[in-house]
Amino acid sequence: MSEFLLSAAVFVLATVALGLFRVLRGPRDADRMLAAQLLGTGGVAALLLFGVATAQSGVTDLAVLLALLAAFASVAFVTGAARDSGDPNEPSRDEVRGAGDDAA
Amino acid sequence: MSLALDLFTLVAVSAGALFFLAGALGLLRFPDTLSRLHALTKADNLGLGLVVLGLLPQVSSPLGWIGLIAVWLLALLSGATVGQLLAEAVRPPDWSRQATRSPEEGPPRD
Amino acid sequence: MTSALVVDGLLALLVLGLALRVTFARTDYGSAVGFMGYGLLLALVWVRLAAVDVALTEAAVGTGLTGFLLLGAAARLAPGESFDAPGAPGFGSRILVGLLCGVVAAGLGAVVLSLPDPAPTLAPLVAENLPPTEVANPITGVLMAHRAVDTLLETVVLIPALIGIWSLASDSGWGGRPGSLPLLRSSGPLTLLAQVLPPFGILVGIHLVWVGADEPGGKFQGAAVLAAMWVLVLVAGLRRPPAVIGQRLRLLVVLGPLVFLGIGIAGIWLARAFLAYPEGWAKPLILTIEAALTLSLALVLGMILAGPPAVDRSDPKVGP
Repeated sequence: MSEFLLSAAVFVLATVALGLFRVLRGPRDADRMLAAQLLGTGGVAALLLFGVATAQSGVTDLAVLLALLAAFASVAFVTGAARDSGDPNEPSRDEVRGAGDDAA
Repeated sequence: MSLALDLFTLVAVSAGALFFLAGALGLLRFPDTLSRLHALTKADNLGLGLVVLGLLPQVSSPLGWIGLIAVWLLALLSGATVGQLLAEAVRPPDWSRQATRSPEEGPPRD
Repeated sequence: MTSALVVDGLLALLVLGLALRVTFARTDYGSAVGFMGYGLLLALVWVRLAAVDVALTEAAVGTGLTGFLLLGAAARLAPGESFDAPGAPGFGSRILVGLLCGVVAAGLGAVVLSLPDPAPTLAPLVAENLPPTEVANPITGVLMAHRAVDTLLETVVLIPALIGIWSLASDSGWGGRPGSLPLLRSSGPLTLLAQVLPPFGILVGIHLVWVGADEPGGKFQGAAVLAAMWVLVLVAGLRRPPAVIGQRLRLLVVLGPLVFLGIGIAGIWLARAFLAYPEGWAKPLILTIEAALTLSLALVLGMILAGPPAVDRSDPKVGP
């Protein structure tokens, strides 16, 4: 059973690798934002699989932590990209926020 | 009894792994960011759920079950909300009013 | 070839590939995103090396918090500034640095592979001296009892770091609220996430601190989770960061290290040495120190992420 679980972990990690390759290559920042979500599900699945296979203690706590931080990382990616669109003609973050405050 | 449980684990984990494969294939083949996001959040979350379901018989303590289910519920919650958040970032609700950034330039064909 | 070997090999290849990808990324944002993914994968590597405590710290501090800071730094640079600026390192020096890193990595690998079997280790000594500390997790025992001085210094050093970040404020901004957190215009999903996730995150953080006595966990990891949840609430605009001139904030920030120091000094009278615990009092004292430290560390880490104080732009749609 643990051999099977470890092989499943290999399989899931391979799909994560495939996904990461595609996600990080994505020509725009919007594509790269998906990386946290990919690792938050795929990485956690692989972790649980080899954690239960080797019967290590504390792996579930780490999985909860990874899931929480993947959500936090996604928020950071989205707000980070909103600040840095890469377009030199777009107004800077401070000006955008100033405009938003006036309109609010 | 334990043979039935092991069989259940085998089936559930294999199904979960298959969904991860489907999600990865979607990521590779879908033409634009929003559909890739869709493939990622739906298929991978379902894959994680099936993997957790399959691992439940292998863990002996009830605290372990609670931990596994907590991971799944957390991933479900954050996946659903973060999916919406990412989609908003890709195509903001007021996108038609933004002159400099147009996500509707068309999907990059790579 | 067993599955365990394949898992480890695949993980190693994945981590190396991602590291190369991060090094050769074309935008700062891309490299920051790749770095955070790299950190999450590195946590998996630590689990394979049977170091779950390190994996927890790597995921929480190394990835979550440091990654957030990196993204903030990337956002402050003009697009391409770090690559095209006149002072940026040239191609030759990059190759040289790459070669040096390779040499160091190869040297470390050679040292690890040539260790005698069994490798020299202090683990049996630690295990022998663990029972008097009344904790079952050897890492917590070493951090909080055997080498408590190191932990004290580690926690105290965060306060000058915070002061250093605060000192980056402009003259007009000094004493105000940190203003460097990104704020999306009001976003439904973000508000929902910031309302529903933090209660759960707080439970997880406290659980990590409590369980760290006997299982993998501890105050740094718990504090990092609490700080991340707090920053999530701040980023969503549900609360504003506290003004750095606030007395309550400053009191809570120094509370943890003061409690640690106080117990350490009391140990001189009660147990004949600085930071020694009296017989039978080890676990309650360790838990007290960890509780106070978790609060202070969470505040410090959160304020570090929030950045230096800035001129207050009062935003009517954000609450007090």
